[in-house]
Amino acid sequence: MRIQVLGPGCHNCKSTEAAAREAVASLGIVAEIVKVTDYVEIAKMGVMKTPGLAVDGKVVISGRVPTAAEIVGLLKK
Amino acid sequence: MIHDFASWLVYRVIGMDAGSHWGQSFHFFVYDTIKITLLLLVMTFLMGIVNSYMPVERVRAWLSSRKWYGADYLLAAIFGAVTPFCSCSSIPLFIGFVRGGIPLGVTFSFLIASPLVNEAAVAVFIGVFGWKTTLIYCGAGIAVGTVVGAMLGRLKLEKHVEPWVWEVQSGDTARDDAKRAFRQRLPGIIREAWATTKKVLPYVLVGITIGAAMHGFVPANYFERYMSKDNPLAVPLAVAAGVPMYANATGVIPVVEQLVAKGISLGTALAFMMAVVGLSIPEGLLLRRVLKPRLIAVYFGSVSLAIVALGYFFNAVL
Repeated sequence: MRIQVLGPGCHNCKSTEAAAREAVASLGIVAEIVKVTDYVEIAKMGVMKTPGLAVDGKVVISGRVPTAAEIVGLLKK
Repeated sequence: MIHDFASWLVYRVIGMDAGSHWGQSFHFFVYDTIKITLLLLVMTFLMGIVNSYMPVERVRAWLSSRKWYGADYLLAAIFGAVTPFCSCSSIPLFIGFVRGGIPLGVTFSFLIASPLVNEAAVAVFIGVFGWKTTLIYCGAGIAVGTVVGAMLGRLKLEKHVEPWVWEVQSGDTARDDAKRAFRQRLPGIIREAWATTKKVLPYVLVGITIGAAMHGFVPANYFERYMSKDNPLAVPLAVAAGVPMYANATGVIPVVEQLVAKGISLGTALAFMMAVVGLSIPEGLLLRRVLKPRLIAVYFGSVSLAIVALGYFFNAVL
Protein backbone atom coordinates (compact mmCIF):
# COMPACT_ATOMS: atom_id res chain seq x y z
CA MET A 1 0.00 0.00 0.00
CA ARG A 2 1.22 3.45 -0.87
CA ILE A 3 0.08 6.50 1.06
CA GLN A 4 0.91 9.96 -0.25
CA VAL A 5 0.75 13.04 1.94
CA LEU A 6 0.13 16.06 -0.31
CA GLY A 7 1.44 19.36 0.96
CA PRO A 8 4.49 21.61 0.70
CA GLY A 9 5.52 21.12 4.33
CA CYS A 10 3.45 23.56 6.32
CA HIS A 11 2.10 22.82 9.78
CA ASN A 12 -1.08 21.13 8.52
CA CYS A 13 0.88 18.82 6.23
CA LYS A 14 3.02 17.62 9.12
CA SER A 15 -0.08 16.91 11.20
CA THR A 16 -1.53 14.92 8.29
CA GLU A 17 1.65 12.88 7.93
CA ALA A 18 1.72 12.17 11.66
CA ALA A 19 -1.92 11.02 11.54
CA ALA A 20 -1.13 8.73 8.59
CA ARG A 21 1.82 7.15 10.43
CA GLU A 22 -0.30 6.65 13.52
CA ALA A 23 -3.07 5.00 11.48
CA VAL A 24 -0.63 2.64 9.75
CA ALA A 25 1.00 1.72 13.05
CA SER A 26 -2.31 1.02 14.77
CA LEU A 27 -3.47 -1.24 11.92
CA GLY A 28 -0.12 -3.02 11.91
CA ILE A 29 0.02 -3.04 8.11
CA VAL A 30 2.96 -2.48 5.81
CA ALA A 31 2.56 0.76 3.94
CA GLU A 32 4.89 3.18 2.26
CA ILE A 33 4.28 6.78 3.32
CA VAL A 34 5.65 9.39 0.94
CA LYS A 35 5.38 13.15 0.94
CA VAL A 36 4.44 15.02 -2.21
CA THR A 37 5.74 18.54 -1.70
CA ASP A 38 5.80 19.88 -5.25
CA TYR A 39 2.91 22.27 -5.89
CA VAL A 40 2.59 21.16 -9.48
CA GLU A 41 2.43 17.46 -8.57
CA ILE A 42 -0.20 18.29 -5.96
CA ALA A 43 -2.24 20.23 -8.51
CA LYS A 44 -1.91 17.39 -11.04
CA MET A 45 -3.53 15.03 -8.56
CA GLY A 46 -6.54 17.32 -8.52
CA VAL A 47 -6.04 18.79 -5.07
CA MET A 48 -6.64 22.56 -4.83
CA LYS A 49 -6.23 23.07 -1.13
CA THR A 50 -3.55 21.46 1.00
CA PRO A 51 -3.16 19.23 2.91
CA GLY A 52 -4.35 16.18 1.01
CA LEU A 53 -3.99 12.43 1.34
CA ALA A 54 -3.92 9.81 -1.39
CA VAL A 55 -4.06 6.02 -1.01
CA ASP A 56 -2.66 4.01 -3.93
CA GLY A 57 -2.86 7.09 -6.14
CA LYS A 58 -6.46 7.97 -5.29
CA VAL A 59 -7.09 11.19 -3.37
CA VAL A 60 -9.22 10.53 -0.30
CA ILE A 61 -8.74 13.72 1.74
CA SER A 62 -8.39 17.25 0.42
CA GLY A 63 -8.22 20.61 2.11
CA ARG A 64 -8.28 19.50 5.73
CA VAL A 65 -6.30 17.64 8.37
CA PRO A 66 -7.75 14.17 9.00
CA THR A 67 -7.56 12.31 12.31
CA ALA A 68 -5.70 9.02 12.63
CA ALA A 69 -9.00 7.24 13.30
CA GLU A 70 -10.44 8.61 10.09
CA ILE A 71 -7.47 7.36 8.09
CA VAL A 72 -7.82 3.93 9.73
CA GLY A 73 -11.40 3.85 8.43
CA LEU A 74 -10.25 4.85 4.94
CA LEU A 75 -7.48 2.25 4.85
CA LYS A 76 -9.81 -0.56 5.87
CA LYS A 77 -11.97 -0.01 2.79
CA MET B 1 -16.56 43.72 30.35
CA ILE B 2 -13.07 42.88 29.15
CA HIS B 3 -12.22 46.54 29.64
CA ASP B 4 -13.37 46.41 33.26
CA PHE B 5 -11.46 43.21 33.84
CA ALA B 6 -8.28 44.80 32.44
CA SER B 7 -8.80 47.88 34.64
CA TRP B 8 -9.33 45.70 37.69
CA LEU B 9 -6.24 43.62 36.94
CA VAL B 10 -3.88 46.45 36.08
CA TYR B 11 -4.97 49.17 38.50
CA ARG B 12 -6.29 47.15 41.47
CA VAL B 13 -4.44 43.83 41.52
CA ILE B 14 -1.10 44.98 40.14
CA GLY B 15 -1.64 48.47 41.51
CA MET B 16 -0.35 50.57 38.63
CA ASP B 17 -1.23 54.25 38.47
CA ALA B 18 -4.06 54.86 35.96
CA GLY B 19 -2.63 58.30 35.19
CA SER B 20 0.89 57.15 34.40
CA HIS B 21 2.35 56.32 30.96
CA TRP B 22 3.26 52.82 32.12
CA GLY B 23 -0.17 52.21 33.59
CA GLN B 24 -1.97 53.31 30.43
CA SER B 25 0.32 51.30 28.18
CA PHE B 26 -0.01 48.14 30.25
CA HIS B 27 -3.78 48.47 30.48
CA PHE B 28 -3.95 48.85 26.68
CA PHE B 29 -1.79 45.74 26.28
CA VAL B 30 -3.87 43.56 28.62
CA TYR B 31 -7.18 44.74 27.17
CA ASP B 32 -6.19 44.32 23.51
CA THR B 33 -4.50 40.97 24.07
CA ILE B 34 -7.57 39.40 25.70
CA LYS B 35 -9.97 40.96 23.20
CA ILE B 36 -7.99 40.04 20.09
CA THR B 37 -7.21 36.49 21.23
CA LEU B 38 -10.93 35.85 21.76
CA LEU B 39 -11.79 37.41 18.40
CA LEU B 40 -9.15 35.28 16.64
CA LEU B 41 -10.60 32.10 18.15
CA VAL B 42 -14.17 33.06 17.21
CA MET B 43 -13.33 34.17 13.65
CA THR B 44 -11.11 31.19 12.79
CA PHE B 45 -13.80 28.89 14.19
CA LEU B 46 -16.61 30.52 12.17
CA MET B 47 -14.52 30.52 8.99
CA GLY B 48 -13.63 26.87 9.66
CA ILE B 49 -17.33 26.01 9.63
CA VAL B 50 -17.88 27.95 6.38
CA ASN B 51 -14.88 26.25 4.78
CA SER B 52 -15.97 22.80 5.90
CA TYR B 53 -19.34 23.15 4.19
CA MET B 54 -18.17 25.19 1.22
CA PRO B 55 -14.82 23.73 0.09
CA VAL B 56 -13.01 25.25 -2.90
CA GLU B 57 -14.04 22.28 -5.06
CA ARG B 58 -17.67 23.26 -4.59
CA VAL B 59 -16.93 26.95 -5.22
CA ARG B 60 -15.21 26.03 -8.47
CA ALA B 61 -18.05 23.75 -9.57
CA TRP B 62 -20.51 26.53 -8.86
CA LEU B 63 -18.52 29.25 -10.65
CA SER B 64 -18.06 27.10 -13.76
CA SER B 65 -21.60 25.72 -13.77
CA ARG B 66 -23.18 28.48 -15.87
CA LYS B 67 -22.57 31.82 -17.51
CA TRP B 68 -22.50 34.64 -15.00
CA TYR B 69 -22.19 37.63 -17.37
CA GLY B 70 -19.58 39.41 -15.27
CA ALA B 71 -21.10 38.69 -11.86
CA ASP B 72 -18.57 35.86 -11.54
CA TYR B 73 -15.81 38.38 -10.74
CA LEU B 74 -17.73 39.66 -7.74
CA LEU B 75 -18.73 36.13 -6.68
CA ALA B 76 -15.13 34.90 -6.95
CA ALA B 77 -13.90 37.84 -4.86
CA ILE B 78 -16.54 37.13 -2.19
CA PHE B 79 -15.66 33.42 -2.16
CA GLY B 80 -12.00 34.36 -1.93
CA ALA B 81 -12.78 36.57 1.04
CA VAL B 82 -14.59 33.85 3.01
CA THR B 83 -12.12 31.08 2.13
CA PRO B 84 -9.30 30.82 4.65
CA PHE B 85 -6.14 31.60 2.77
CA CYS B 86 -2.85 29.80 2.97
CA SER B 87 -0.22 30.91 0.48
CA CYS B 88 0.92 27.29 0.14
CA SER B 89 -2.37 26.52 -1.61
CA SER B 90 -2.27 29.34 -4.14
CA ILE B 91 -0.48 27.34 -6.88
CA PRO B 92 -2.69 24.21 -6.76
CA LEU B 93 -5.68 26.51 -6.50
CA PHE B 94 -4.64 28.57 -9.51
CA ILE B 95 -4.08 25.47 -11.65
CA GLY B 96 -7.29 23.87 -10.41
CA PHE B 97 -9.32 26.97 -11.27
CA VAL B 98 -7.99 27.72 -14.74
CA ARG B 99 -8.02 24.05 -15.75
CA GLY B 100 -11.51 23.66 -14.34
CA GLY B 101 -12.84 26.12 -16.88
CA ILE B 102 -12.82 29.31 -14.81
CA PRO B 103 -11.61 32.36 -16.78
CA LEU B 104 -8.18 33.75 -15.83
CA GLY B 105 -9.63 37.09 -14.68
CA VAL B 106 -12.14 35.41 -12.37
CA THR B 107 -9.33 33.27 -10.94
CA PHE B 108 -7.42 36.47 -10.21
CA SER B 109 -10.45 37.98 -8.46
CA PHE B 110 -10.38 35.00 -6.10
CA LEU B 111 -6.59 35.09 -5.64
CA ILE B 112 -6.53 38.84 -4.92
CA ALA B 113 -9.41 38.91 -2.44
CA SER B 114 -8.39 35.76 -0.58
CA PRO B 115 -5.33 37.06 1.32
CA LEU B 116 -6.71 40.61 1.47
CA VAL B 117 -9.76 39.58 3.47
CA ASN B 118 -8.54 36.68 5.60
CA GLU B 119 -10.01 35.56 8.89
CA ALA B 120 -7.00 36.44 11.05
CA ALA B 121 -6.68 39.98 9.66
CA VAL B 122 -10.42 40.53 10.03
CA ALA B 123 -10.37 39.34 13.65
CA VAL B 124 -7.53 41.71 14.58
CA PHE B 125 -9.22 44.47 12.60
CA ILE B 126 -12.48 44.14 14.53
CA GLY B 127 -10.48 44.18 17.75
CA VAL B 128 -8.58 47.39 17.08
CA PHE B 129 -10.77 49.38 14.67
CA GLY B 130 -14.30 48.16 15.45
CA TRP B 131 -17.05 46.76 13.22
CA LYS B 132 -17.68 49.73 10.98
CA THR B 133 -14.11 50.20 9.77
CA THR B 134 -13.75 46.42 9.41
CA LEU B 135 -16.77 46.29 7.11
CA ILE B 136 -15.33 49.13 5.05
CA TYR B 137 -12.03 47.23 4.84
CA CYS B 138 -13.72 43.98 3.75
CA GLY B 139 -15.85 45.81 1.19
CA ALA B 140 -12.75 47.53 -0.16
CA GLY B 141 -10.89 44.21 -0.38
CA ILE B 142 -13.72 42.56 -2.32
CA ALA B 143 -13.95 45.65 -4.58
CA VAL B 144 -10.22 45.48 -5.39
CA GLY B 145 -10.53 41.76 -6.20
CA THR B 146 -13.58 42.29 -8.41
CA VAL B 147 -12.31 45.32 -10.32
CA VAL B 148 -8.71 44.20 -10.84
CA GLY B 149 -9.85 40.67 -11.79
CA ALA B 150 -12.29 42.05 -14.35
CA MET B 151 -9.60 44.37 -15.71
CA LEU B 152 -7.01 41.59 -16.01
CA GLY B 153 -9.69 39.43 -17.65
CA ARG B 154 -10.09 42.03 -20.40
CA LEU B 155 -6.36 42.14 -21.14
CA LYS B 156 -6.20 38.59 -22.57
CA LEU B 157 -3.19 37.58 -20.55
CA GLU B 158 -3.49 33.82 -21.10
CA LYS B 159 -0.25 33.78 -23.08
CA HIS B 160 1.63 35.02 -20.02
CA VAL B 161 0.69 31.96 -18.04
CA GLU B 162 3.39 29.26 -18.18
CA PRO B 163 2.35 27.05 -21.12
CA TRP B 164 2.50 23.74 -19.23
CA VAL B 165 -0.31 24.90 -16.95
CA TRP B 166 -2.75 24.54 -19.85
CA GLU B 167 -1.62 20.94 -20.31
CA VAL B 168 -2.26 19.75 -16.77
CA GLN B 169 -5.00 17.14 -16.83
CA SER B 170 -8.00 18.34 -14.94
CA GLY B 171 -10.29 15.37 -15.51
CA ASP B 172 -10.10 13.62 -12.17
CA THR B 173 -10.82 16.25 -9.61
CA ALA B 174 -10.34 15.11 -6.08
CA ARG B 175 -13.51 15.46 -4.06
CA ASP B 176 -13.27 14.78 -0.42
CA ASP B 177 -16.88 13.78 -0.53
CA ALA B 178 -17.41 12.33 2.91
CA LYS B 179 -20.88 13.28 4.00
CA ARG B 180 -19.98 13.96 7.57
CA ALA B 181 -22.26 15.19 10.29
CA PHE B 182 -21.51 18.48 12.04
CA ARG B 183 -20.51 16.50 15.13
CA GLN B 184 -17.81 14.72 13.12
CA ARG B 185 -16.55 17.93 11.54
CA LEU B 186 -16.36 19.88 14.77
CA PRO B 187 -13.12 18.44 16.25
CA GLY B 188 -11.20 19.16 13.05
CA ILE B 189 -12.62 22.68 12.82
CA ILE B 190 -11.67 23.44 16.42
CA ARG B 191 -8.19 21.97 15.93
CA GLU B 192 -7.53 24.11 12.86
CA ALA B 193 -8.98 27.25 14.46
CA TRP B 194 -6.65 26.76 17.39
CA ALA B 195 -3.66 26.06 15.11
CA THR B 196 -4.28 29.23 13.08
CA THR B 197 -4.73 31.34 16.21
CA LYS B 198 -1.51 29.98 17.69
CA LYS B 199 0.36 30.72 14.46
CA VAL B 200 -0.76 34.35 14.19
CA LEU B 201 -0.80 35.26 17.87
CA PRO B 202 2.96 35.87 18.37
CA TYR B 203 2.98 38.44 15.53
CA VAL B 204 -0.14 40.09 16.89
CA LEU B 205 1.32 40.25 20.41
CA VAL B 206 4.41 42.03 19.08
CA GLY B 207 2.08 44.46 17.28
CA ILE B 208 -0.01 45.02 20.42
CA THR B 209 3.15 45.61 22.47
CA ILE B 210 4.37 48.29 20.07
CA GLY B 211 0.84 49.73 19.86
CA ALA B 212 0.57 49.79 23.66
CA ALA B 213 3.91 51.59 24.02
CA MET B 214 2.78 54.18 21.46
CA HIS B 215 -0.57 54.50 23.20
CA GLY B 216 1.05 55.45 26.48
CA PHE B 217 4.11 57.39 25.36
CA VAL B 218 3.58 59.01 21.94
CA PRO B 219 1.82 62.38 22.13
CA ALA B 220 -1.48 62.88 20.27
CA ASN B 221 -1.22 64.15 16.66
CA TYR B 222 2.49 63.34 16.68
CA PHE B 223 2.46 61.82 13.17
CA GLU B 224 0.18 64.39 11.61
CA ARG B 225 2.97 66.61 10.38
CA TYR B 226 4.71 63.68 8.61
CA MET B 227 1.76 62.10 6.91
CA SER B 228 -1.10 64.54 6.81
CA LYS B 229 -4.16 64.14 4.63
CA ASP B 230 -3.00 66.99 2.42
CA ASN B 231 0.28 65.33 1.52
CA PRO B 232 -0.44 63.84 -1.94
CA LEU B 233 2.44 61.37 -1.64
CA ALA B 234 1.25 59.87 1.64
CA VAL B 235 -0.90 57.12 0.08
CA PRO B 236 1.54 55.87 -2.59
CA LEU B 237 4.39 55.94 -0.06
CA ALA B 238 2.33 53.95 2.42
CA VAL B 239 1.52 51.33 -0.25
CA ALA B 240 5.15 51.15 -1.40
CA ALA B 241 6.19 50.53 2.20
CA GLY B 242 3.48 47.92 2.73
CA VAL B 243 3.95 45.63 -0.28
CA PRO B 244 7.33 44.11 0.75
CA MET B 245 6.02 43.26 4.22
CA TYR B 246 4.93 39.67 4.62
CA ALA B 247 1.28 38.62 4.73
CA ASN B 248 1.69 37.20 8.21
CA ALA B 249 2.23 40.77 9.35
CA THR B 250 -1.29 40.80 10.75
CA GLY B 251 0.63 42.22 13.68
CA VAL B 252 0.97 45.61 11.99
CA ILE B 253 -2.73 46.30 12.44
CA PRO B 254 -2.49 47.30 16.16
CA VAL B 255 0.49 49.54 15.30
CA VAL B 256 -1.40 51.19 12.47
CA GLU B 257 -4.36 51.81 14.76
CA GLN B 258 -2.03 53.84 16.97
CA LEU B 259 -0.69 55.71 13.93
CA VAL B 260 -4.29 56.66 13.16
CA ALA B 261 -4.94 57.59 16.79
CA LYS B 262 -1.88 59.86 16.68
CA GLY B 263 -2.72 61.70 13.50
CA ILE B 264 -2.36 59.63 10.30
CA SER B 265 -5.52 59.67 8.18
CA LEU B 266 -7.59 56.50 7.96
CA GLY B 267 -7.46 56.24 4.15
CA THR B 268 -3.67 56.21 4.16
CA ALA B 269 -3.68 53.64 6.97
CA LEU B 270 -6.19 51.39 5.18
CA ALA B 271 -4.12 51.51 1.99
CA PHE B 272 -1.01 50.58 3.95
CA MET B 273 -2.68 47.62 5.60
CA MET B 274 -4.17 46.35 2.35
CA ALA B 275 -0.71 46.47 0.79
CA VAL B 276 0.80 44.57 3.73
CA VAL B 277 -1.88 41.87 3.93
CA GLY B 278 -2.78 41.55 0.25
CA LEU B 279 0.55 41.54 -1.55
CA SER B 280 3.77 39.91 -0.46
CA ILE B 281 7.09 39.15 -2.10
CA PRO B 282 7.06 35.44 -1.09
CA GLU B 283 3.67 35.01 -2.75
CA GLY B 284 4.95 36.71 -5.90
CA LEU B 285 7.90 34.31 -5.99
CA LEU B 286 5.55 31.37 -5.55
CA LEU B 287 3.30 32.51 -8.38
CA ARG B 288 6.36 32.73 -10.62
CA ARG B 289 5.99 28.96 -11.12
CA VAL B 290 2.76 29.43 -13.02
CA LEU B 291 2.92 33.04 -14.24
CA LYS B 292 5.51 34.67 -16.47
CA PRO B 293 7.35 37.68 -14.94
CA ARG B 294 5.38 40.19 -16.97
CA LEU B 295 2.05 38.90 -15.69
CA ILE B 296 3.31 38.98 -12.09
CA ALA B 297 4.37 42.59 -12.63
CA VAL B 298 0.96 43.44 -14.08
CA TYR B 299 -0.76 41.63 -11.20
CA PHE B 300 1.22 43.38 -8.45
CA GLY B 301 1.14 46.72 -10.28
CA SER B 302 -2.60 46.77 -10.84
CA VAL B 303 -3.44 45.65 -7.31
CA SER B 304 -1.09 48.33 -5.91
CA LEU B 305 -2.69 50.99 -8.11
CA ALA B 306 -6.17 49.93 -7.05
CA ILE B 307 -5.14 50.15 -3.38
CA VAL B 308 -3.62 53.62 -3.91
CA ALA B 309 -6.84 54.76 -5.60
CA LEU B 310 -8.88 53.42 -2.68
CA GLY B 311 -6.60 55.21 -0.23
CA TYR B 312 -7.22 58.55 -1.96
CA PHE B 313 -10.93 57.80 -2.12
CA PHE B 314 -11.16 57.05 1.61
CA ASN B 315 -9.08 60.11 2.51
CA ALA B 316 -11.54 62.22 0.55
CA VAL B 317 -14.69 60.56 1.90
CA LEU B 318 -14.05 59.39 5.47
